[in-house]
Amino acid sequence: MTTIIPVSSILLVTGFGLALIGLCGILIHRHLLRIIIGFALFSTGLHIVIVATGYVTGGTAPIIDGALSQAEAGRAIDPIPSALVVTAIVIGFAVTAIMLAYAVRLHSARKSFDIRAFTESKW
Amino acid sequence: MIYRVSVLVAVTLFALIFIRLTGGYTERLALRALAEYYVSRAPLELGVSNIVTGILIAYRGFDTLGEVAVLFMVAASVGLLLRKDDAGFKEAEERRRRPASEIVMTGSQVLLPVILTFGAYVIVNGHLSAGGGFQGGAIVASGVMLLLLADPGARLNAAALSVIESLAGITYVAIGILGLILAGGFLDPRFLPPGEAGTFLSAGAIPLVSALLGIKVGAELSVIINRFGR
Repeated sequence: MTTIIPVSSILLVTGFGLALIGLCGILIHRHLLRIIIGFALFSTGLHIVIVATGYVTGGTAPIIDGALSQAEAGRAIDPIPSALVVTAIVIGFAVTAIMLAYAVRLHSARKSFDIRAFTESKW
Repeated sequence: MIYRVSVLVAVTLFALIFIRLTGGYTERLALRALAEYYVSRAPLELGVSNIVTGILIAYRGFDTLGEVAVLFMVAASVGLLLRKDDAGFKEAEERRRRPASEIVMTGSQVLLPVILTFGAYVIVNGHLSAGGGFQGGAIVASGVMLLLLADPGARLNAAALSVIESLAGITYVAIGILGLILAGGFLDPRFLPPGEAGTFLSAGAIPLVSALLGIKVGAELSVIINRFGR
């Protein structure tokens, strides 16, 4: 079967699209939780982009087993972006957890998730 | 109004950069030299089938150790940020919380063992196929999340989880030092026999490190979720 659109292009468009949606969410919304969701979307989009850059035309998962023998290992995709993205996902999770914890603290201080309630921290 | 316009300008500029990047990207036809090295050497040097796990735990093991340290710090700082200083108010709030519905309760009873078993499977399968400590740990923590959703009053034994997590961390560093003494360097998994690639007991110390990572990540994420559940 011939593919007209390369797989990595589809992934790049999806990833960058998600990142743009996340950016819009961060900038437009005033609700703290929606801003945090925007950050999560932004990082998810960039993870997809990083994984997409590791794709090699016609490649398969970099797992040496019955389906991909040691001799034809060159057919695997680049495993390095995948390994880096595992790290990035964990760090993204950590950042999101810290942001949510701050949001809970801010809410208990002002009883509001609206960023307009926190004017004294404005530059 | 000015704010809206500047948001529009910023998003448009980002969109332009992204479109240029996507348009200028051509898919690779062959592996990079470094990737070629990893793909061809990792199964021979480490006896690991899943090359991503080989990179994460052996070649970039120090990175992974740092990552686990980041998770540990996050668990500690979330605890600091969400500490109970207004306990009386929280207690009153807790009593108002309604119990979960029948569907969630029954679903959690049926699904929880399955989720935990699947998590354990993913953790110990890391060196053979898709899986690994981080992924499996996250699955275990999602089971814990379901438990807390079904029974909001449930309290995890945070002290025991901290002890388990610290022990896993210490053992991880000890394995790293063993690698330094018995094999090529810090976190080198080759001090145990590589075994036959593709079998369960293979790849040196990688399954061991993977299991420790899974335990540590699962415990840490459960502690974080538990802190938010209060």
